[in-house]
Amino acid sequence: MRPGAWRVLLIWLAAMLAGVGMVAQSRFTADMSFFLPSDPTPGQQAMVEQVREGSVARLLMLGIEGGDATTRATLSRELKKRLDADGAFEGVQNGQSDIEASVREVLLAHRYLLSPAVTPERFSITGLRQATDDSLALLASPAGMLIRPHLLEDPTGELWALLQGLQVGQQPDAVDGVWASRDGQRALMLAQTRADGADTDGQQRAIETARSSFEAVRQELGVPDARLLVSGPGVFAVQARETIRSEVTRLSLLGTSLIVLVLLTIYRSPRLLALGLLPVASGALAGIVAVSWVHGTVFAITVGFGLALIGEAVDYAIYYFVQAGRIGAAAWQERFWPTVRLGVLTSVAGFGALLWAGFPGLGQLGLYALTGVLVAALVTRFVLPALVPDGLPVRDLSPLGRRLEAGIEHLRHLRWPVLVLALVGMVWLVQQREGLWQPDISVLSTARADDLALDGQLREDMGGPDSRYLLVVKGSGQEAVLQQVEALTPRLEALVEQGLIGGYDSPARFLPSERTQRARQAALPDADLLRERLTEAQAGSPLSASRLEPFIQSVAAARDQPLLRAEDLQGSGLDLLVGALLMEASDGWRAVLPLHPPPQAHEAGLDGQRVAQALSGSGALFIDLKGELDSLYDSYLGEAVWLSLAGVALVLLLLVLTLRSLPRLLSVLLPLALAVVLLIAGLHLAGERLHLLHLVGLLLVVAVGSNYGLFFDRTAAGHGLEASTLSAMAVANLTTVIGFGMLSFSTVPVLHAIGITVGPGALMAFVLAAMFSPGGPRP
Amino acid sequence: MTRRLIALLLLVASWPTLASSFTIEQLMRSLAAHPGGSVRFVETRHVAVLDVPIVSTGEMTYTPPDRLEKRTLTPRPERLLLERDTLTLERDQRRMSLRLGNRPEVLAFVDSIRGMLGGHHQALERNYLMQLQGSPQRWVLTLYPKDHEIAALVQRITVAGQADQVRSIEYLQADGDRSVLEVEPVKP
Repeated sequence: MRPGAWRVLLIWLAAMLAGVGMVAQSRFTADMSFFLPSDPTPGQQAMVEQVREGSVARLLMLGIEGGDATTRATLSRELKKRLDADGAFEGVQNGQSDIEASVREVLLAHRYLLSPAVTPERFSITGLRQATDDSLALLASPAGMLIRPHLLEDPTGELWALLQGLQVGQQPDAVDGVWASRDGQRALMLAQTRADGADTDGQQRAIETARSSFEAVRQELGVPDARLLVSGPGVFAVQARETIRSEVTRLSLLGTSLIVLVLLTIYRSPRLLALGLLPVASGALAGIVAVSWVHGTVFAITVGFGLALIGEAVDYAIYYFVQAGRIGAAAWQERFWPTVRLGVLTSVAGFGALLWAGFPGLGQLGLYALTGVLVAALVTRFVLPALVPDGLPVRDLSPLGRRLEAGIEHLRHLRWPVLVLALVGMVWLVQQREGLWQPDISVLSTARADDLALDGQLREDMGGPDSRYLLVVKGSGQEAVLQQVEALTPRLEALVEQGLIGGYDSPARFLPSERTQRARQAALPDADLLRERLTEAQAGSPLSASRLEPFIQSVAAARDQPLLRAEDLQGSGLDLLVGALLMEASDGWRAVLPLHPPPQAHEAGLDGQRVAQALSGSGALFIDLKGELDSLYDSYLGEAVWLSLAGVALVLLLLVLTLRSLPRLLSVLLPLALAVVLLIAGLHLAGERLHLLHLVGLLLVVAVGSNYGLFFDRTAAGHGLEASTLSAMAVANLTTVIGFGMLSFSTVPVLHAIGITVGPGALMAFVLAAMFSPGGPRP
Repeated sequence: MTRRLIALLLLVASWPTLASSFTIEQLMRSLAAHPGGSVRFVETRHVAVLDVPIVSTGEMTYTPPDRLEKRTLTPRPERLLLERDTLTLERDQRRMSLRLGNRPEVLAFVDSIRGMLGGHHQALERNYLMQLQGSPQRWVLTLYPKDHEIAALVQRITVAGQADQVRSIEYLQADGDRSVLEVEPVKP
């Protein structure tokens, strides 16, 4: 071996060792941050925060089936007991009415600090009369049963007003004292995890805790047919991660085995096989290192995508062995390397366009592929010749090549039919352009249909804790945020009045700011004054002032009552409610107010534009989570279109600069264009729901497929196409098709889309390039 | 007032049962055959801590099998709608919806009225012990809640009627408060 070769080998070895070291340190993740924008708008930022740490993302819905209603209720109570005691959950609700009693107790004890009706006017003579008259009128109604027990201590009905505030969100039915589905066949519970939504490990632990606790309770009670259903964002996150992990492992193994099998069949030499996989392994390693370096974390999907790259990166070694085996390394570097290099560059151009994607997953895929291909090519060019300077005796593939050439000769007769077919496909696609692309980000979700159905079912059973519309208020501290929220309240009430929104939840409803609590205390008259006013106010009323001494005492006590703090709500269930709406974030405090659509517009949602307008200048940010997601997807799709076009333009530029001939350029481009048209038409015809990853796949088809055209172009350029080179191309194409095609079996939409596009696309690009290649001279 | 009512009740209770074979089932059948319609009502609530009872008036409309609307006109407009298993209360431009099953006290109210109007023998029997007195023309049906949660709120419900028409429903609450709902068919 030459001294230079040793140097190359040492550098390569050092780089590989360093790479392995870095990969060992890399963080791998399979969570949804793959899809979250790297450069978000304020609305998207707020959405991302909700997804990562919002209370909605921490909510698990549990359903208990099997046994009879009483058994289910007992299971529900016992499970709640266990989960309450477990650190994984902040709180568990199952509709048990003792909780309701404790809520009522807290509200009753703090009603004069909590009720927005407490103003000086309320405690004037006319105000008191008005309020007690209202209560008496309420007493005549069926709802009166709720206020009757407290009439004498709360004749102004503050408790009633507070209870009404609790009624904003719908509650599920109760059977045997615990929540149940409409048909009564399923007990329901809500569990708030302590772990953030983005903490998939924590979510997984919480879900496992729920399942194992249920199992323990089930065995304790001896209910063999009882089962626990769990759904919620955490479940989907954990499942997505599991799906991605298991599929990436399974498909990688399968794909690699197939490729190895193909290579063994061709090389018939384990040594060549090992050498041939060297560039691929180096490229894959380099890809992970690059991504880990730039992004900090490596998505499992990116690693899965690496599988596809094996099929592509292995090509260079195939060319090298097949061609250099016959003519020697030096001649190969002179005759074939420029073509391979151009192929590498077009691939790099295609992948490189993705680097600018705001969709972080896409950026990673681009960086991984670009680094991988580049390193694989460099290792082929510099390391392989160092290891095998004069090539190795590879089986002569010329007979295969000649058979292929004969086949291609037949294919050439199909040129016109294919052109006509492509034209028809083109016209059809233009007609179909409206429904061609899926406008919904849900196409990227790994969630299975039956899981989504279960989620929808439980959500409906729960009375739909809908959280599509949010108002986010930020501030430096808890008090500041609460004051801001209170300043917003009149505007929100006006919106309810106008029917623009059906209602809203607010943390200030159960935890008013200290300023407001003090103002309410100040509005309360002292005992003597109140007694005096009551005497006048209640003259002629069925409720005489003389009976209202408990009221006077309550008000007097409330004047010096310690202010209500978050701690006072603990254990009542209200602490969960407030905790879900008010939280400390890295940059201060934040209140999140869910807005409920008006009842009649539940399906259509609310008029976001008018609501946002009505709240403009208030300092609160109105977010329509679905709208944000849609706009996010739109922006991703728009971006993918531009990046793909840019990538294609870059590939074109490279070809123009290298080929410097319009006929040659056209002969490379025509098969590619036909492949793209036929591919889209074929996918659409097959009922594939096209989305932005298919678009990215098309870019890769162009980037990868142009390589074939370039090799065939050598024929036109007078180099002639050796039968062995044709065989090498066919094998290279086969490995690429296997690598990408394997991804099409994935249920992860991102991987599936790329696989189903690039797998068949690469094959079509090769076949069409062969079909439209001129029948040149043969050696 | 109260004493007079009790006397009236005693009188009703000892009504000479001319048709002694008159059974709850017969009554229920005749009630179930009632086509529904509107009635005017006057509800009088006797609350211990109030010096005078509260009176409210309005209209009730029953559409078999499971829709009951109670429109209170005085003293404060209010609309109570019971449709299948949802109870909606509209008041002061606010709307409250309750799914039944969550509140035993509401259920007691709902089941007694709806069970009576619809002649749902089984629904009534599930929740109440029943006692029937009188004749098919003038009858009094007394219901005692079985469930202790309901009994903690309502001691007894007394329904009086003529033929297939319910004429009054009296609730005696556990705390001693009492409310009497008297209904008068609206003449078409």
